Amino acid sequence: MKWERKDLLGIKDLSGEEISLILDTAESFLEVSTRDIKKVPTLRGKTIINFFVEASTRTRTSFEIAGKRLSADTINISASTSSLVKGETLADTARNLEAMNPDVIVIRHSCAGAPHMLARLVRQSIINAGDGAHEHPTQALLDMMTIRSRKGTLSGLNVTIVGDIAHSRVARSNIYGLNKMGAHLTVAGPATMMPRDIRELGVKVSFRLEEALQDADVVMMLRIQTEREQRSVFPSLREYSAFYCLNGDNIQRARPDVLVMHPGPVNRGVEISPEIADGANSVILEQVTNGVAVRMALLYLLTGAIE
Amino acid sequence: MSILLKGGRVVDPSRNLDGVKDILIEEGKIAAIADSMDDTTGETRVVHLEGKVVLPGLVDMHTHLREPGYEYKETIRSGSEAAAAGGFTSIACMPNTDPVNDSRAVTEYIVKRAGECNLVHVYPVAAISLRSEGRTLAEFGDLKEAGAVAFSDDGKPVVDSGLMRRALEYASSLGLVIIPHCEDLSLSAGGLMNEGRISTELGLPGIPTLAEEVMIARDLLLAEYTGAALHISHVSSAGSVRMIRNAKARGIPVTAETAPHYFTLTDEALRDFDPSFKVNPPLRSPLDRKAIREGLRDGTLDVIATDHAPHAATDKEVEFEYAASGISGLETALALSLRLVDDGLLTLSELVRKMSTNPAKILNIPGGALLPGADADITVFDPDRSWIVDPLSWRSKGKNSPFFGWTLKGKVLMTLVKGRVVYSED
Repeated sequence: MKWERKDLLGIKDLSGEEISLILDTAESFLEVSTRDIKKVPTLRGKTIINFFVEASTRTRTSFEIAGKRLSADTINISASTSSLVKGETLADTARNLEAMNPDVIVIRHSCAGAPHMLARLVRQSIINAGDGAHEHPTQALLDMMTIRSRKGTLSGLNVTIVGDIAHSRVARSNIYGLNKMGAHLTVAGPATMMPRDIRELGVKVSFRLEEALQDADVVMMLRIQTEREQRSVFPSLREYSAFYCLNGDNIQRARPDVLVMHPGPVNRGVEISPEIADGANSVILEQVTNGVAVRMALLYLLTGAIE
Repeated sequence: MSILLKGGRVVDPSRNLDGVKDILIEEGKIAAIADSMDDTTGETRVVHLEGKVVLPGLVDMHTHLREPGYEYKETIRSGSEAAAAGGFTSIACMPNTDPVNDSRAVTEYIVKRAGECNLVHVYPVAAISLRSEGRTLAEFGDLKEAGAVAFSDDGKPVVDSGLMRRALEYASSLGLVIIPHCEDLSLSAGGLMNEGRISTELGLPGIPTLAEEVMIARDLLLAEYTGAALHISHVSSAGSVRMIRNAKARGIPVTAETAPHYFTLTDEALRDFDPSFKVNPPLRSPLDRKAIREGLRDGTLDVIATDHAPHAATDKEVEFEYAASGISGLETALALSLRLVDDGLLTLSELVRKMSTNPAKILNIPGGALLPGADADITVFDPDRSWIVDPLSWRSKGKNSPFFGWTLKGKVLMTLVKGRVVYSED
């Protein structure tokens, strides 16, 4: 199949075939990052703007490395240096960026839907690098790539996602993607972290971690946003970790070859115990490595589609 | 100059009139309504209205005119022009201006500006509490004398139940109605759209129907206890309709309104993050829309009001989260509501009752009927004419309409206020 989209705004819109194409392409780019000279000329002369209106280190760095390894010129704009703090609207900033003729704009924004707005306004390709609690498609793609490379398939796997599902764009993108690829999904956490009608998205809900881990092939632990404590989503970090921290005991309920995943940054001892984060089942750093390959693949596919 | 409206279908629910009649207007008043009249003097303007519909002028009891304070969004003049174009001859404007209409000075200013515009009747709704802060009652008596016809802190709930009780009691002693904005802010905090399957899909924080229903439940209890008249604004949820229906059955003095967007749209429309669909209360689920329509059919919902909330493009063309809430509604309300007649949910007479007779009665203002001797406030529309919604051509400064590009049927042809043509489609 051939890639035909101008933008990557979310996983929800993608077909299973498109997801497979991205993952296949990403696998072919993995090798570039292992060379002594980590650079191919594929995107020479292309300009990529990483427009990060919400703080990020990992994702922005990953996109920047992906662009540079493909020989593109990458420019980073963050909220603190952007004109948004001077009162310029997102629409005006977008039109200004457009006028400088980049090829791809990667955007992260704290508001759900901001990348969609940008995609309507400008002719360049837009990649959503995370919008509010809506989607984080490149994270889900790197997660699926990691699972597929370890398990050989996504279909039929039991995947458990644990944490604040209501406020997690990582959870949403993974739910959309893994459902399309035939995995069986369970989400777990206290009821305050479960968004209304979540079952209608095709997941099972469990309020008990032990139950949710039963026979899991993959467990994804979400980062707990400590600043949300004030909003009474849970009484205290102490209580949360007592009931929902993945540790050496409760992981026994999962399959022996369970993959332990985390989108980072990890709160050690809160949602995941250090020995599990660093243990034999953990693929957390592999996720990061695959993230660069997935982003290289997307930059390649999107710029190719435009020509 | 006299006007003879000839051959139109005249619908006046106040006296169960629905038939072809001629209406003679002299000196701004309805002089006569008869089966057939002819101009014998040669000095009367005769308007032939065969196939057209003639109504008592529409009354919108929930409009935001934005003046004073937000003239870049709307003014009393532009809002009045929009009202006339939408077939409204009377509008009641909400007090969330800057300054808030909590004083005789602001009420008098609005009345004076409306008089200078001399288009439609403008009736100020004054604030329940000073600055609509929910702490101290506004001077209801003084405000009534200045021209206020009801009290509301629209846009904000009266959180303090004790204050709300006093407001109801005090207003009832003046014979005026309280129009609460029912929203429990602790339940809606941070919310941007209806809480449900779609908000979960989109990752947008939800506003549960509960936020509206908890406050309606409280206000119904207060109305029952005090016996004071209560009018619930912008009803959006199935639970609200159910509670109001029960309250009416038990004899509580409550009336209620909804707006065209609540019986036309659902939260499914938010999937593209288009801020023109952002409104408070938010567009609800298909089940809620169904219940709103049933509430209109069975009479639980007495009134269709626009909740006309004009905004400038700069307020709307931003990230969904930052966009202002509200829909510019005066110029689409009649055509959208006529769809209820097309769908067989209401007769035309029942619709006119909800858009003219009932709101006039609830606010105790003139209008809502075609009576000989009364001011000739009359709306004429063509029921068969289709048109495409194009806000850029509107009188309202607020181009924020989710119905942009829709084809609607039923076009206002002429609006008369005191016998004077304030809008004419030609």
